[in-house]
Formats: sequence, C-alpha cells, structure tokens
Amino acid sequence: MELFGIPLQALLSQVLIGLVNGSFYAMLSLGLAIIFGLLNIINFAHGAFYMIGAYVAYIALESFGLGYWWSLALAPLIVGGFGILIERFLLKWIYKLDHLYGLLLTFGLALILEGVFRSQFGVSGQRVEVPEALQGATNVGFMILPNYRAWVVIASLVVCLATWYVIERTKLGAYLRAGTENPQLVQAFGVNVPLMITLTYGFGVGLAALAGVLASPIYQVNPLMGSNLIIVVFAVVVIGGMGSILGSIVTGLGLGLIEGLTRVFYPEGSSTVVFVIMAIVLLLRPAGLFGKEK
Amino acid sequence: MRRGTVLNLVLLALAILAPAVGYPVFLMKVLCFALFACAFNLLIGYTGLLSFGHAAFLGSAGYAAGHAMKVWGFTPELGLVFGAVVAGLLGFVIGGLAIRRSGIYFSMVTLALSQMVYFFCLQAPFTGGEDGLQGVPRGKLFGVLPLDNDLTLYYVVLAIFILGFWLIHRTIHSPFGQVLKAIRENEARALSLGYDVDRYKLVAFVISAALSGLAGATKTLVLGFETLTDVHWHMSGEVVLMTLVGGLGTVWGPVVGAAVIVTLQNELADKVGAWVTVITGAIFVVCVLAFRRGIVGELAALFKVRKPEPAPVVASDS
Repeated sequence: MELFGIPLQALLSQVLIGLVNGSFYAMLSLGLAIIFGLLNIINFAHGAFYMIGAYVAYIALESFGLGYWWSLALAPLIVGGFGILIERFLLKWIYKLDHLYGLLLTFGLALILEGVFRSQFGVSGQRVEVPEALQGATNVGFMILPNYRAWVVIASLVVCLATWYVIERTKLGAYLRAGTENPQLVQAFGVNVPLMITLTYGFGVGLAALAGVLASPIYQVNPLMGSNLIIVVFAVVVIGGMGSILGSIVTGLGLGLIEGLTRVFYPEGSSTVVFVIMAIVLLLRPAGLFGKEK
Repeated sequence: MRRGTVLNLVLLALAILAPAVGYPVFLMKVLCFALFACAFNLLIGYTGLLSFGHAAFLGSAGYAAGHAMKVWGFTPELGLVFGAVVAGLLGFVIGGLAIRRSGIYFSMVTLALSQMVYFFCLQAPFTGGEDGLQGVPRGKLFGVLPLDNDLTLYYVVLAIFILGFWLIHRTIHSPFGQVLKAIRENEARALSLGYDVDRYKLVAFVISAALSGLAGATKTLVLGFETLTDVHWHMSGEVVLMTLVGGLGTVWGPVVGAAVIVTLQNELADKVGAWVTVITGAIFVVCVLAFRRGIVGELAALFKVRKPEPAPVVASDS
C-alpha cells in the first residue's frame, strides 16, 4: 500500500517515531511550563535531568540488576529528590533577581551535570534493553506496530493528562495556579508557598527523569542526549507559549508529528523544521499559539 | 577623564609589548574573544537583551570569511569585511525575529535559531561538516603585506580589536547608546517617550552581530581553520560566561573575562579533559550566586573609580 508515493508502512512508522519524540517534547515542555509558572526560572538543566533519568535506568540495570519497571518508579524519585536539593541549596537564592540569572544558573548546572557524566561514561552511547513484556511488534492490520513505541506514547499521554487533571481540576492544583498568579496572597492565606515551590521543582524534574527512562531503550543513552533535546523543547515552548498546560501537550505532540513527517518527505529538513515553524509562529502570532505573555 | 586616558595609554602600551612575553597566536585568540565578548556586552550590558545564540554570528562569519579567502581568493581585509557583513545580515534576520518576544523568551528564540544555523553548517557542502573548513590561507593584507609572520598578524589583529572596541565605545556614548540604556532601564517608558524601541533593539542587535562576525572572521584568519565548535551552543554560553566573569555592562569587563576564560581553558585543556565543562559550569554557578558584578565591576566598586553600575537589570517583560 502506498500513500503519496511512500510505502504506507514507512510513513506510519515515521509518524509513530514522530509521536514518540512528541511525547518527550510534551513531557519536558510541561515540566518547564510548571516550573516557570511558579519559580519564574527557565530550567536549562531540564535536559540534563532527562539524561540522568536515562542513566538511572542504565545504572540500575548494569550495577544493581534492577529492571526497567523498577527504573520507571525509582528514577523520578531519585532525580526529583536531587532536584529538590538543588532548589533548596541553589535556586532559592535567586528568586528575587531577574529571570536571566535563573537561566544562567541552570545553564551552569547543566554543564556541570553533563561534564560529570561525560567524564564517567564518555561520549559514546550505552544501550538499555526493551523490557520483555514490551518486546516485539503487533500487527494491527494497516501496519506493524512496535509494542515499545506504542507504550511510550500511551504512557506519556497518560502522565501528561494526569498532570493536567491535577493542576486544572483538583484543590492542590488550584493552590498551584493561585501561587503562579500571586504567591504573596496565597502565602497570606496560610499556604506554605516555599514548600510548594520546592515540590513543584521536584515534580517537574521528576517528569523529565521519567521521560529519560522511557527514552532509554529507544535512543542511545549518552551524556549529550539532554542538551540536544532541550533546545528543541525551548522552541516548542516558544511556539506553544507557557500559559496553558493542555497547550504544551498538544504543541509537543503536534511538533513531534510534523518532525516525523518531514523526515519522510524532506529528510534534510527534519532537524530544523521545528525552528522554522518557530520563526513562522513568531512572525504571525508573536505571543505563541496558546500564549499569554507573562 | 584624564585618569581614563592614562589608563587607556598604559593598556595600549601593554598590548603592543605583549608579544614579548606571550605566545602571539594565543594573544590573538584572546583579542578575538575579547572583541566577541565586547560585542555581546553591547546587547546584554547596555540594551538588556540576553542573546543565547551569539555563536551563530561568530561561526557563520568564520565560515564565510574562510570560504571567501580560501576558495574565492579574497584578500584578508575583504574576507573579514565579507564575514562581518554575512554575520550582520544573519543578525538582521535572527534579531528581527527574536525582538518580537521579550525577556526570557528572547533568549530561547536566539538559542533555537542559532541551533538552526548549527544544523545548517553541519549539512552545508562548503563548511566541511564534522571535519571543518581547513587550510585557510593568511594571504597578503591589501595584496601587499604578507601575514604569515605571527608578529605582523598580531599587530593587525590588535588594530582590528581596537577598531571594534572603539566602535562599541562610540555606540555606547552616542545619543543612540543613551536610548539603548533607557530601554534597558525601562522599556515601557522609552516607548512612551516616543522612541521606536524595536528599531533601536534591532540596530543594536545587528551591530553586535556584525562585530561578533568580525571577531569570528579574524579568528579564522589567525588559526587558518573553522570548525563546528564556533557555531555550537556551548560557544554561545561561553561568551555569556566571559562577559559575566568580567562584569556585565562594564567597558573593560568582557576583555578581562575573555582573557581569564581563554587562559583558563588553555591551561586546563590537557590536564583535566572533560572536567573543563564541569569547571566552566561551576564558574557560572558561583558567578550567578555570589559574583554578579564580575571582576571589573567588583574592582570598580572597590576603588570607586566611577560610580559602580548596579547589577544590570534586564528589561523584564512582566
């Protein structure tokens, strides 16, 4: 079967890869948006935490014999806890300063983390095996669906939507949204805002680590995997705007999809298409698709 | 003012005598990065715009100048001008897009667009991809003065640096520069006073990009090659670090910062390997947490040479 002169199987598998990438974009830009909302910091180290998440999966397997499912639970906790320490000891000193210092501080952190892992593991990639339960592929009629990739898309969608639900529909989320609008007032109502900020950072970072574990069997685990991704995610954030949670998820998945399709029709452009779209969006709708400038 | 003139003359004398004690190629590298950091400082220090994509200008001009001198047989001065023009045009495009957003988004847009330039340089046929552009000849300046001698080239590079530095100095102290400072301090107010803020920002961006390009083209002329390192986002971070270490918004800060960072990398490169990145990151963290005025800013505060500028505030978009 063919579509636009491209075998359908090839087209659909690129679409699936696009959706997998899109899931990572969505999870990371979601974390960035939540953190920015409450901390007013663009977390450059987000990519580094994603990378560490993937390494936790690798180390857990190689050194402790703990399988994929363990990593999936442990990595967000370990890396999230690490993020909490960083927030308590470093980030909290710069909240009163201009936004730009937050970017610079987390940029420095990203370099440190990347450098440490590079000196430990080198630049070549390590592989993590796909867990047994998700190996193989399913024939769904019109295409052969690799189980693991399907799982990544579904799992990250569930996580993203759960996050959306908690933030938009629960009392805890209401505190969070109120804290984003006016932290002083929320504090005056007796909510422990500093604690909320700390936990939010931990959560955002944990989300990045979770994405890293999900990515570990697909991509090579290497120290630079995060920084290459985070720049694309920045573009995603500029395109979507950070005002809306659902907007981040939709933009992330959508751009992943477009990137996948570009890989089919114009492979040379696949690494730059997101940036081109960003430029077009800046020209037509400077505030971003779902943006309210903050 | 007189004290300033004396200081400048002493520094000039030191720069002229420097090759007697230092290795000329290393000194030229410092000068190139110093010019790069000064050009960057024009944006962050005097306009309040944090560009995280200045490597795009350094690198693209390096490639453009290198290609022009190697393949098209341009003389060095034409090659350098060509590089600066290419970077200026690129700055017009990137700056024009980036100033449509402010604050932190501005930084993210510049970073993303410079990453696009990186991918372009990775794939374009004339850059040599991963191998880089090799064997750029030094040629003869104006077709007469051969630059093969390191010492001759050093004084040419010094002249280029002084020209660039003077241009930036003139820009800052012109009425135009005063408007830039007004935008840094309070963008809304500058706008309400009737200044076309976007146009001022764009012109500042283009000047900064073109001078960064001049630095990049000169660096290619000195080293004879250009690689992807110069367009990589690490380089964009490095120029931020140089300016931060030296002192944001100070005249000499970027020069001092560039000298410190280039020396540090030179000294550390073969001793610690991958830990250079870690050390660079740690300097970033320390500077942001405890040392925001930078070396020159702290010295100025210490000696009260002039009224210390407050830690620069970037126009916030809230």
